[in-house]
This record gives sequence, C-alpha cells and structure tokens, in this order.
Amino acid sequence: MIEILDILLSANFWAAALRIATPLIFGVIGALICERAGVLNLGIEGIFTAGAMAGWMAVWLGAGLWGGVFVAACAGALFGLIHAILTVPLGLSQHVSGIGVTLFATSLSYFIYRTALPDVSSPPRIDAFQPLDIPVLSELPFIGPALFQQTPLTFLALFLVVATAYVLYRTPLGLAIRAVGDNPSAVESQGLSVYAIRIGTVVAGSAIMALGGAFLTMSAFDAFFFGMVNGRGWICIALTVFASWRPGKALIGALLFGAFDAFQVRLQTEVGSFIPGQIFLMMPYLFSIAALIVVARRADYPRALLVPYFRGQR
Amino acid sequence: MIRFEPRGPVPVSRVLSVLVAAAVAALLLAAIPMAFAGLSVFGAYGLMVKGAFGSMFAFTEMLTRATPLILTGLAAAVAFRAKLWNIGAEGQLYAGAMAAVAVGTGAFGGPSLFLIPLVILAGALAGGLVMLGPTLLKTRLGVDEVVTTLLLNFIILLFVQMMLEGPMKDPMGMGWPQSEPILDEAALPKLMARMRIHWGLIIALVASLGVYFMLKRTVWGFEIRAVGENAAAARHSGIPVTATFVRVGLISGALAGLAGVGEVAGLKGYLTADLSPGFGYSGIVVAMLAGLSPVGVIIAALFIASIFVGADSMSRATGVSNYLADLMVAMSLLCVLVAGLFLRFKIRLVGAPAAKETAK
Repeated sequence: MIEILDILLSANFWAAALRIATPLIFGVIGALICERAGVLNLGIEGIFTAGAMAGWMAVWLGAGLWGGVFVAACAGALFGLIHAILTVPLGLSQHVSGIGVTLFATSLSYFIYRTALPDVSSPPRIDAFQPLDIPVLSELPFIGPALFQQTPLTFLALFLVVATAYVLYRTPLGLAIRAVGDNPSAVESQGLSVYAIRIGTVVAGSAIMALGGAFLTMSAFDAFFFGMVNGRGWICIALTVFASWRPGKALIGALLFGAFDAFQVRLQTEVGSFIPGQIFLMMPYLFSIAALIVVARRADYPRALLVPYFRGQR
Repeated sequence: MIRFEPRGPVPVSRVLSVLVAAAVAALLLAAIPMAFAGLSVFGAYGLMVKGAFGSMFAFTEMLTRATPLILTGLAAAVAFRAKLWNIGAEGQLYAGAMAAVAVGTGAFGGPSLFLIPLVILAGALAGGLVMLGPTLLKTRLGVDEVVTTLLLNFIILLFVQMMLEGPMKDPMGMGWPQSEPILDEAALPKLMARMRIHWGLIIALVASLGVYFMLKRTVWGFEIRAVGENAAAARHSGIPVTATFVRVGLISGALAGLAGVGEVAGLKGYLTADLSPGFGYSGIVVAMLAGLSPVGVIIAALFIASIFVGADSMSRATGVSNYLADLMVAMSLLCVLVAGLFLRFKIRLVGAPAAKETAK
C-alpha cells in the first residue's frame, strides 16, 4: 500500500503519465472534432502511422523539427480529405471508409518507408525534440519535473485542448461545427454549407490526429518502427466516447489513461516476475473497453453522427 | 455540380461490371507506387501474374492463400449484412486457431473421423464466443461494437503470445514460442500431393454456399437482411432484433474461427503468433469487393489472394517491399467504395449540361 502511494506521489510518475497521454490528447481532440461535425473517423489508426512516418522522414531528409511537425499535419490532412470526400458529399459508410483509410495510410507509410530504406538493420535515428528546460519553473518541487520537463509537443497538445474548447464553444465556427453534427438541415437553412463545414472539420481533425503520430517518432522515440502505433488510434476513439465529446474531459480521460498506464508499468517492475508481461500489455486495451462500458448508458452521441447528409433532401 | 439520384434495384450484370471496374481501377492506381519504387509497371504486373498463376504450384499457393480470406470475408459479409460492424475477425481467427490447438494436439485421441470434426467445431465455437462479448455489449449496454472488436484483436494476440510462452508452448520447440504440432489424425488432409493446398478450401467453399442459402432461403436470413436494412422498422414488425444480432455475431465469429482452424490444422500444423498476416482485416476488403454477397466472396478472395501471392513473388524477384500488396488491397477497398456509388445512384452533372437537357 505504502509503495502504491510512493508511486502516486512521485513527480516522475506524473511526468510519465503526461508523456503517455500526449499522443492520446492529440488523437482524442482530433477524433472529437470530427465526430462533433457528425463524422466518425476510423482512419485515425492509419493517420497516426502516416503522421509518425511523414514527420520522421521529413526530419530525416533534412527538415527542421517543426518542419517535420508541419509535414505530419499535412499528411494527416490529406488522408482526412480522402475520408471526408468519401463520407460527406459521397455519403459512403463511415465505418468502412475509415477502415479503408486506415489500411491505405498504414500500408502507404510502410511502403514508402521500406522503399526509401530498403535494408537497414536498425532504424535510423533523428535528433528528436528535447524537454523544455524552463529556467525557474522546472525547478519547482513536484510540478516542475512533472510539467515543465516535457517536450514542446506536449505543450502544443495542451494548447490545442484549450484552443479546441474555445473554438467549439465560443465562436460562430464552433457553433456551426456542433450544429452540423446535431442538425445539419438547420445549418443548411441558415445558408451555410454542411459539406464545407464537415469536410473542413474532418481535414483539421485529421491533421491534429497526425500530430499524435508525429509525437511518437519525434519526441517519445527518435525513429520509426513498424507497428509502433499499436492500437493507440482505436484507444482514442474509445476515449472520445468516454470524454462525451468535450475537450476538457478528453484531457482528463487521456491523463487518467496515461496515469493507469504509467502505474501498470511501475507495477510490472514490482511484480513482473510473477505475472506474464502480456497481461500488463493488455491493460490499455482492457481499460479502453472498460471506459466504454462505464459511459455506455449515458453516452450522448452527436445526433447526426454516422448519418450522411444529402443536400436538398427532406 | 454533381447530383446523385437514388436508383432502384440494379441488375446483377451491372453490379458485376462495376465491381470489376473497381478492381481494374485499383490495379491501374497501383502503377503509381510501382513507378515510385522504380519498377517497370508492365514487367511488375507480368511477374505478379506469373507468381499467382504461372505454374501449378503458384496456382495452388494462391488457392491456399484464398482459403482463410474466403472465411474472414464471409465473416465480414454476413455481419455487415445486419450492420453489425465486426472488425474483429483477426482476433476471432486466432481464437479459432488456439481452440484447434487445445483439442488437436493430444488432449483427445481417436480416429480422424472424430478428431477432425472436433477441431473444426472447437475453432468455430471459440471464434463465435469471442464475438458474443461485443455483440452482447452492443445489444445490452449500447457499447459500439467497432471499437470493442478492434481492441479485442490486440488483446487476443497478446493472449496468444502469452499462451505460446506458457501453457501452450511446445517443449520440443527449441525455445521458439510455438505450440505443439497438431496430431496427424486431427490435421485437415491435403488436397494434392506435394502441394500445400488443403481441405480448408472445401470447408470455405461449403461455408459460402451455406451462408448463401441461409441468407436467401431461411427465416434467419430474412431477419438478418431486415435488421440490416432498418433495425427500428424490423423491431416494429416483430423481428427479434437482439436475437438476430446475437445469431449473426455467433455465425460471423465462427466463420473467422474456421479460418484459424484451416491455417493451423490445414496449413502450418502448429500455432505461432504470426499465423495471420492480417487476414481478418483483408476479409473486410474481400467482403466489400464482393458486394457482401457470400458467393461473390469466393471470387473476391481469389482476387485478393492473387495480389498477395503475386506481389510476394514479384517482391522476391525485384527486391521491392511486399507492403505493395497491402497497399494494393487497401486501394481496392477505396476504389470499390467509390464504385458502389454507381450502383446506388444515377450520377449526373447538373448545371450547364442539365440546362441543355431541358432545352431538348
């Protein structure tokens, strides 16, 4: 018991939780705004992979780190555009199109990586983002190491949470986004284009998702590995429901998830010899399913989620 | 401006021609990554055709690869018919394979006549049971089955790794994480001498005919189609929607489980954690290419299998990454999605051309 408290009270633990949560924050925010506009984006798993590969490769080819981040976002936006075109004006099944985008983005990323680097024994490394050592702040007890020794991408993620909340709830654009996800014909009757708003939102959301992938290769690690996304995208889709499509709750959900994951890693070092490692590796997926079950009964889905809108009908 | 006008029932010939057009479009699009990798496009396609159809061995290899794809394709097709989004065929395949290993490696003895049906039943049951969880979560609590089936894929694969390092590990396996071999009496017999093609193919073909008749000629099939068309309307007209979902889930999972049985008891002979190179996910592509038709699944699986086998062989000859095959399969899915529009809608350009039409 004391040991558990020790873990929970250590700054390193919370630093790890925030680090694990960062890609999920990007992913959940991206998924959340797509769904707020009425489009489920199951392309997320592939968009993560594409962002991870594109960002890493841009830097490896000589771009700056922020250049890499930009390239990753563009890659995400591109795959988002494919999903948006298939599901919004063409009105195709969002489930199947999303899976299609995931398969396409993943295989294209792997193919480009393998074609550019035909046979390397160990994946080449880049100079990844380093923790921001902010002079006075990072020396604060507890909060200092937990918060101010993160890399810039973590701060970008936190900033995006605030920005998304502001845009969604405080601007006309946000109102329009939420309205196309709840009642698209009302938006059309106001003279706005449902198609334009949905497509734009899905593209922007996908760009944000891709940053989660970029965090993996440019901050958490410094190289690209096959299978490194490992279901994180799907976890984000589950967390989006858990967060009831609200940016603030999304942040809390991602942090809780990060804390659980950081905790089980530490637990593993304590009792790892008695329990097979795979049990611990299963935990994130089991947490996600549990999170879905917990909120299932009161989940308040955007009303027009999954419903294609055809101009001029009704 | 483009306008879509809903279309009534479409003749089968039109469905076929649109699906074939989608497959051809995907093959043409694949020329772009081929050129990017520095291949001569015609040469590469030549190598692929040779790799999938160039010899008796190549042809049987292609059929062997199509076997699990028919079954996972059926698993997706039957579930999608009821709009039950089972994306978990990959995990259900592994569950089926694990069950086959559990009963087929010496836990039971006896003649083939007893052991082979036992292995098949165990695999189907395991796959079905794995899908039962997400189905019940959907019908009882309203938990979205897409996410739960996707996440289960990861959980089951980790479980397989755990079993292969623990209780299911072959003590004679030189330390490799693999299961004990399936008994000879429990293995699905080969169809041809010196080839890898096995009875799993027959099982897959029978399964697709079975699913075809079930959907077309039985009450269950009618209920599945009705639920898929409009679950609310089906409920109002007295169709047991929940029971239908559970039934479809069990059938879909069982079909994916059978794919695992075939791979373990027909092809490999033992279980490893890399048994399936994504057959569960490719099954979704197969089902969509087939227009969710159980008989069409056979043809679509042959198409996808020839891409995989052909690209493998081309990749060995040219040194180009065989992720090209996955890329081509993904492109096929996107192409067939777009092509589906031509079936559901009349697509016409509105604006200037339309004005001309009215002038006439």
